[in-house]
Amino acid sequence: MSAVDLLIVGAGPAGMAAAVVARRHGLDVLVVDDQPAPGGQIWRSVETVAASPRGARLGDSYLAGASRAAAFRSGGAAYEPGAQLWQIEPGFRAFVTSGDKARTVSARAVILATGAQERPVPFPGWTLPGVLTVGAGQILLKTADQVPEKPVWIAGSGPLPLLYMTQLLAAGGKVAGFLDTTPPGRLGAALRHLPAALGKAGDLWKGVAWTLALKRAGVKTVKHVAEIEARGEGRLQSLRYRRQGGAWQETPAEVLLVHEGLVPSIHAPLALDCKVEWRHDQRCYAPVLDGWGESSQPGLFVAGDGAGIAGAIAAEHRGTLAGLAVAARLGKVSAAMAEAEAAPARKVLERELAFRPFLDALYEPRPQVFAPPDETVVCRCEEVTAGTLRARAAVGRPGTNQVKAFTRAGMGPCQGRQCGYTVMHILGSAQNRPPEALGFYRIRPPLKPVTLGELAALEQPDNAA
Amino acid sequence: MFRKLHDPGPSAVTVLIDGKAVSAEAGENLAALLLRQPEGWNRTSTVSQSPRAPYCMMGVCFECLAEVDGVGSVQTCLTTVRDGMRVSRQLGRRMLSA
Amino acid sequence: MTPVSAQGFDVAVIGGGLHGLTAALSLARAGRSVVILERNWIGRHASSATAAGVRTLGRDLAEVPISLEAMEMWHHIASIVGDDCGFHAHGQFKVAEFDSHMPALQEREVTMRKLGYGHEEMIDAAELRRLIPSLSPHCVGALIARNDGAADPHRTIAAFRGACERAGVTIVEGCGVGAVERQGDDWLLGCGVRSFRAPAVVNAAGAWAGRVAALFGESIELGVRASMMMATERLAPFLAPVVSVVGRALSFKQSDQGTLVIGGGLQGAADIDRQRSTVNFVELAKGARASSDLFPIVQGVRIARCWTGIEAQTRDHIPVIGASPQTPGLFHSFGYSGHGFQLVPVLGEIMRDLVVDQKTTRSIAAFAPARLMQGRHAA
Repeated sequence: MSAVDLLIVGAGPAGMAAAVVARRHGLDVLVVDDQPAPGGQIWRSVETVAASPRGARLGDSYLAGASRAAAFRSGGAAYEPGAQLWQIEPGFRAFVTSGDKARTVSARAVILATGAQERPVPFPGWTLPGVLTVGAGQILLKTADQVPEKPVWIAGSGPLPLLYMTQLLAAGGKVAGFLDTTPPGRLGAALRHLPAALGKAGDLWKGVAWTLALKRAGVKTVKHVAEIEARGEGRLQSLRYRRQGGAWQETPAEVLLVHEGLVPSIHAPLALDCKVEWRHDQRCYAPVLDGWGESSQPGLFVAGDGAGIAGAIAAEHRGTLAGLAVAARLGKVSAAMAEAEAAPARKVLERELAFRPFLDALYEPRPQVFAPPDETVVCRCEEVTAGTLRARAAVGRPGTNQVKAFTRAGMGPCQGRQCGYTVMHILGSAQNRPPEALGFYRIRPPLKPVTLGELAALEQPDNAA
Repeated sequence: MFRKLHDPGPSAVTVLIDGKAVSAEAGENLAALLLRQPEGWNRTSTVSQSPRAPYCMMGVCFECLAEVDGVGSVQTCLTTVRDGMRVSRQLGRRMLSA
Repeated sequence: MTPVSAQGFDVAVIGGGLHGLTAALSLARAGRSVVILERNWIGRHASSATAAGVRTLGRDLAEVPISLEAMEMWHHIASIVGDDCGFHAHGQFKVAEFDSHMPALQEREVTMRKLGYGHEEMIDAAELRRLIPSLSPHCVGALIARNDGAADPHRTIAAFRGACERAGVTIVEGCGVGAVERQGDDWLLGCGVRSFRAPAVVNAAGAWAGRVAALFGESIELGVRASMMMATERLAPFLAPVVSVVGRALSFKQSDQGTLVIGGGLQGAADIDRQRSTVNFVELAKGARASSDLFPIVQGVRIARCWTGIEAQTRDHIPVIGASPQTPGLFHSFGYSGHGFQLVPVLGEIMRDLVVDQKTTRSIAAFAPARLMQGRHAA
C-alpha cells in the first residue's frame, strides 16, 4: 500500500488547483482521475486541442484550461490518469483501479473533486440510441472534433445548450431546432437576483451574445416546451414535443441532445457517510461543508461543482481553499498564513456564488423533469418505468431504499446516478411528501464496478501486518 | 449518427468492431468511434434487449459498455482506442466463456 | 409518562424482520390479534441483506429436525404466503477442492445417515462436473443436498408482509419500542408517544434483541455479525445451485436476474448504535478470490454493489427460541447467527405453539434462552 499526505480525486479545475497549492506547501500529493488527460469535463482534451485550430472555436473559457493544466503538470503532484477510485475507507484507505489492476493507497487527507453530472432528464424514448446529453455532444466536439451528421435537435434549458450550439455552428455543424424548455415567467423570477449577479456582468453578456448569435444564424427556437418524446425502432427516428397543454408537434430526428442543468456528483460523499443537505435552489443534494470545503467527515474535503454547482472559476477557488486547509491541517502552513492566502480565493468565490441565484432561478427545471409519464423508463440500467414506481409508491409509504429493493431501480451498474432524483420525486409526489423527505439511495460500494479478479488480487495473507 | 470534422490522416489506427476493421484517430475516445458507426449502438440492455448507445460520455450512465480486448462491460467513453483493439458489442446479459 | 390509552392486542411482535413476520402470521391465523412494532421498516436489516439461501446442508445437528420441516414448507411456500418467494430447489453444494477436504465431508454423510437423515449426499468429481460444468476442474467432490436451494429475499419479505396484512396483522413501521412496563397481566410497550398493550410479546428484534430483552430486565449474551455480500452485473444463466466450499468463507449463487450473489460470512464492521455496517474490502477480497478460484470464468465479472447486514450471533451459533424462563409472556426468536432465513416458515409454527399452547412438540430444547442468560434468575 502506497502512502501520501493528500489524495485528490479528479483532475478538473478544482482538483488541479488543489494539487498546485498543496504541492506549493510541500505536501506529498496523488491525483487520480478517470479521464486520460487533465482538465475535467470543462477542459476535456485541452492540452492537445488548445494548440490546434479547433481550440479557437471552443472559446476563451475553454482555452484558459491550457495554462491550468500546464501549472498542474509542473506542480509536482503524482498524477494517475485513467484511474478509477471505487472505495474510500475511514483513515483513509482508498481503493483505485487502473489498467485492470486494483490497489490501495493510504492518505492523511482526501479532496473529492469529482465535479458534476448532467441532471437526468427522463422522458419516453430517452434510452434510444441517438438521444444523448448536450454535455455528451460537447465532449464529442472537444475530444473527437465530432458533430452530429445531420442537423441536430437540442432540447433543454441553461447556459450549456446555448454555448454548445454556438460552438457547433462555429465548427460547421447544423442545428435543426432548439426546444427551449425554460418555462414562462422564469426571467421575471430571476430578475430579483439580478443586482447580486451584476458582479459578473461579463457572463450575463455572454448569455445574451450566444442568444443573439443563434438568432443571427437562423436557429429555429421553440420556447416554453414542456414535454418531449423520442420515438423510433431501435434508434431515434422522430421527436414529439409540445408546450404546456398544447398540441403535439412531430418531426423527424436522428440525434437529440438534452440538458436540464447540472447536479453535483454525490455518490462518493454519500458512500462515505458525509452529511448532505437538500438544495432546493438547485433541486439536488450537496455535501454539508465548512468554509474550507471540509465535510462532516474530518479530513475529507469536497471541492468544485461536487460541493454545489457554481462553475469552473468557483471550482478552482474551492480547490485552492481545500488544498490550503489540508496544508494547514498537516502543519505545512500556519492557520494565520492559510487564512491570509485564502482571502483572495474567498473573494472570487463570493462573487461567483453571488451569480448563482440568478442562474438557478432562471433555469429552474420544468416540473415535467421530475414527473415523467408512466411509460418512461426511469432506471435505465434495470429498466424500471415510472408506472412501476408509482404502483409501488402506493403500497404503504415506502422510502427510496425500499422501492429500490422491490423494483431493482438503482441496482444497476450506474448505481442510481440516472434515476435517484426521479425516484425521490415520483415517490414524494405519490405520497404527498417533499422529495427531500424521501432521501437519496443508500450508496453501496464499490463506486465503480471493479471486477472479481481485480478485487481478488487484493487478498492479503491472514497474518499480514 | 456522428461525423468527424477532420481526417485523422497518417495518425489513423485500426480498430476491429465485431470483426470489422474501422479506422480511428490515435488517442481518441472509443465511444466517439462507436457513435460514428452506421449501427449506432454498442450493446443491448440486460432486461429488454433493446439497443443502447453512449449517452453521457463522462463515465456516469454505463450505457456505452462493450467488450474490449476480451474484457466485458468496459466503459468505452473512458477508453482510448489502440491500434488492433478488438471491440465487440455486448448483447443482453453477458455470456461467460472459459 | 403513561399515555392515556394504549392500543391493545393479544400479541405484540417486536421486530419486523422475517422472523417477526412469520410469528405474527401464524399467530394471526390462530385467531390472535397481533401487532408488529418495527423501528424502521419491514425487513430493514438482516432480512433484506441476506443471500436467502434455503439450506438444510451442513446444519448444526440441533437444527436439523426443524430445518427439514422448514424445507418441506419451502417446497409449497406459495400455499403458505401466496407467492413462491422466488424459491428454486436447485440444490446446495459443499465443494471439496482437495482430497484432504474429502474425509470431513464423508464423515458428515455417515453421521447423518446413522441419525436416519438421508438429505446429505456425497458425490464424486465426475458427478460434480456433470452437475456444475462451470466449476473449476480442480475440485474433487462435494457433499450436496439436492432439495435445497435459494429464494429471493425481497419477494419473501413482500410475500410474508402481504400474508400478514391479509391475516389481519397490524404493522406499525417507524415504531421502536423504548420502554416496557408491567400492567396487570399485560405488557405496556412504549414507542415514543405511542403505546401498545399485550399479554404476550415476541422478541424478534434480531441484532437488537439483547437490548429488547434488557427492557424486560433480562440479560442475554448476544454478539453481532455484519456479514458482507457482493452482487455483480447481470450475466446469462450458467449456474443453478448454491455453492459453498470447505475451508473458505464462500456462498456463491446466480439469482433469477442473472446477478451473482456472493456471501459466505466474511465479516465487515457493525455499528449497532448507529444501525450501520460497513464493508471491509481487503477482507472481502478473500471472497472474490474464492469465487474466482472455484469459477475461473467469473474473474472478469463486475461487482455492482457490496453490502453488509447486521444480525445477532450467539456464542454457540444456534438461535434463541423459546419462552423466557424469567419473564411471563415474553417469547424469544432471534440469534440465528447467519442462517435463519431457511428456518423462517417453521418458526411461525413454533412461535404459535409457544404462545398459544404454551408448549411445542417440535424439538427446540437446544435453543432454550436460559443457556445464554445471566443474573440471579438464570436457570
